[in-house]
Amino acid sequence: MNIIVCIKQVPNTTDVRIDPVTNTLIRDGVESVINPFDAYAIEEAVRLKERLGGKVTAVTMGPPQAENALKEAIGLGCDEGILVSDRKFAGSDTWATSYTLACAIKKIGDYDVILCGKQASDGDTAQVGPGISAHLDIPQVTYVKKISEINEHTAKVERMTEEGYDIVETPLPCLFTVVKEINTPRMPSLKGMMRAKAAKPLKWTADDLEADPAALGLDGSPTRVVKIFTPEARKGGEMISGAPADVAKELAELLKGEVL
Amino acid sequence: MASIKILLDKCTGCALCVKACPFGAVRMADRKAVIDMAKCTLCGACAAACRFAAIELEKAGGPKKDLSAYKDVWVFCEQKKGVIQSISFELLGEGRKLADKLGVKLCAVLLGSGMEDAAERLGERGADKVYLVDHPSLKAYQDDPYTEVLVKLAEEYKPEVILCGATTIGRSLVSRVAIKIDAGLTADCTGLDIDPKERLLLQTRPAFGGNIMATIVTPNHRPQMATVRHKVMKEAPLQGGRLAEIISKAYPAETFASRTRLLDVVEEMGATVNISEADVIVAGGRGMGGKENFSMLEELATVLGGAVGASRSAVDADWIPYSHQVGQTGKTVVPKLYIACGISGQIQHLIGMQSSKVIVAINKDPDAPIFKVATYGIVGDAAELVPALTREFRRVLNKQ
Repeated sequence: MNIIVCIKQVPNTTDVRIDPVTNTLIRDGVESVINPFDAYAIEEAVRLKERLGGKVTAVTMGPPQAENALKEAIGLGCDEGILVSDRKFAGSDTWATSYTLACAIKKIGDYDVILCGKQASDGDTAQVGPGISAHLDIPQVTYVKKISEINEHTAKVERMTEEGYDIVETPLPCLFTVVKEINTPRMPSLKGMMRAKAAKPLKWTADDLEADPAALGLDGSPTRVVKIFTPEARKGGEMISGAPADVAKELAELLKGEVL
Repeated sequence: MASIKILLDKCTGCALCVKACPFGAVRMADRKAVIDMAKCTLCGACAAACRFAAIELEKAGGPKKDLSAYKDVWVFCEQKKGVIQSISFELLGEGRKLADKLGVKLCAVLLGSGMEDAAERLGERGADKVYLVDHPSLKAYQDDPYTEVLVKLAEEYKPEVILCGATTIGRSLVSRVAIKIDAGLTADCTGLDIDPKERLLLQTRPAFGGNIMATIVTPNHRPQMATVRHKVMKEAPLQGGRLAEIISKAYPAETFASRTRLLDVVEEMGATVNISEADVIVAGGRGMGGKENFSMLEELATVLGGAVGASRSAVDADWIPYSHQVGQTGKTVVPKLYIACGISGQIQHLIGMQSSKVIVAINKDPDAPIFKVATYGIVGDAAELVPALTREFRRVLNKQ
């Protein structure tokens, strides 16, 4: 079974701090990590390979330093990494990003399953996974919390919903976006870390993709950011103290009219 | 290829762009802005922030398209088991305002099976027209037929705007549709408005976990598509007897074909547990001390007509299922009241709840970061305070 896992390098949110004076993001020293949701996609891909044999290829689109995310993925059990990187991709919105990744996946060619995290922690759109499957015109199942059965032709999976889950059967190839519940990612082994260090991910530019240049980067993006601002920071409010019963009374009084 | 440049004669060295850049790609040198192209993603935040038109972001887009054929504001009305979901009424409420600003009709789009009566009633929620596609294959959501039908409708009737809930279904569906019809799509909007001159939908959404807000437009593509979060827009008021024109569309059988097959729908919880739709959330963290103490949260939630949420550590400890998790790897919620019990307030948790209207925090540690976002803070043991709150709220609510 050939599996492609799409990952993204994002700023580590635990490091995100707001400058109390200027009220802007402090970026100095913010470490880049694999998007937390993609860690579940990588783990699921590696588990499928361990069960069924085959190969796992990790793909990312990003700046040159995103190579580190691929190396890390290789350390976690992926066989190969492909960095899709070019100045021509700058300014891509989710339309252009999913187009670019779909072009890269077409070039890889032979695949049965594509796995993505349900969304990235910096953009939070959840649009790129479904966008890729739409460009490739293959079926998709989003928010997958379990792949319960899979063979070379079909898979049966559980899709998380607001109320519970759906059981869905799909032919392969298919794209799945996965949620945290699907597995517990392993830690890299010592051997894995050595592999990661030695790994040399492939590098593809726009010219390698046979893509329509007008559909790439900012030019290929229907949406455009016109304003960025910092939301008013929430300030700590009133502290209430006293015996539990008194505190409860006071709080009920404060919430009256507002939410009660 | 797109490019960005600083117009040195216009740059005053005010450094507004340095602050505006989310990627740290702009710095000052000799009192002029300089862009580090290795870091720049051409997002345009600096150009938007510049007061002197000194930053030029050039897009090699084709000629300006004639977009005049596109009109009306559409709302995709999500139904489950034949029941129209509340998010649809929120979208109709907001859609009405946008349609009025644009001077166009508000149209509801309803896909399902046996939905004629429900379609009729959408007029009472402000819709002028309802596009109804009723077919047994549309009874429950499946990506292929829903995508196909919405694509066909949009291609034939050419809406200017399509709004959809940022739900499991909505996010899966419109992400596919936007690709197929070459439209711009903005996710999880928390604010919408119209630029009347250009007829642009101004879509504001949080990014970087809510640490910054971005306003996004779709200048040269139609429709302008957006998904909207739960509970941020007001529901359209019910106007009894108001009628909408129903446009019933039929399509050939192949339109409804689905490669995936829905084998079963499993409901794990009662309606009160859907935290994204709840007006009140009582959430517990590690400070609750153990699984057994979550029943008191449930009791308080029941009294307030709300749902129970949880921090990641409570979920990881198996005190409550993952579907209750609030935060970065869980759900983002915007209730009217969020009561955080024994939750310290790690940034990953705050990201998921800091937009709640009123936040009450109960924690033993007076220095817990949760107090920095709380409207009302109580230092103490949640296991003692929660039952006291339940008693008091029950007493107050029974009186009303």
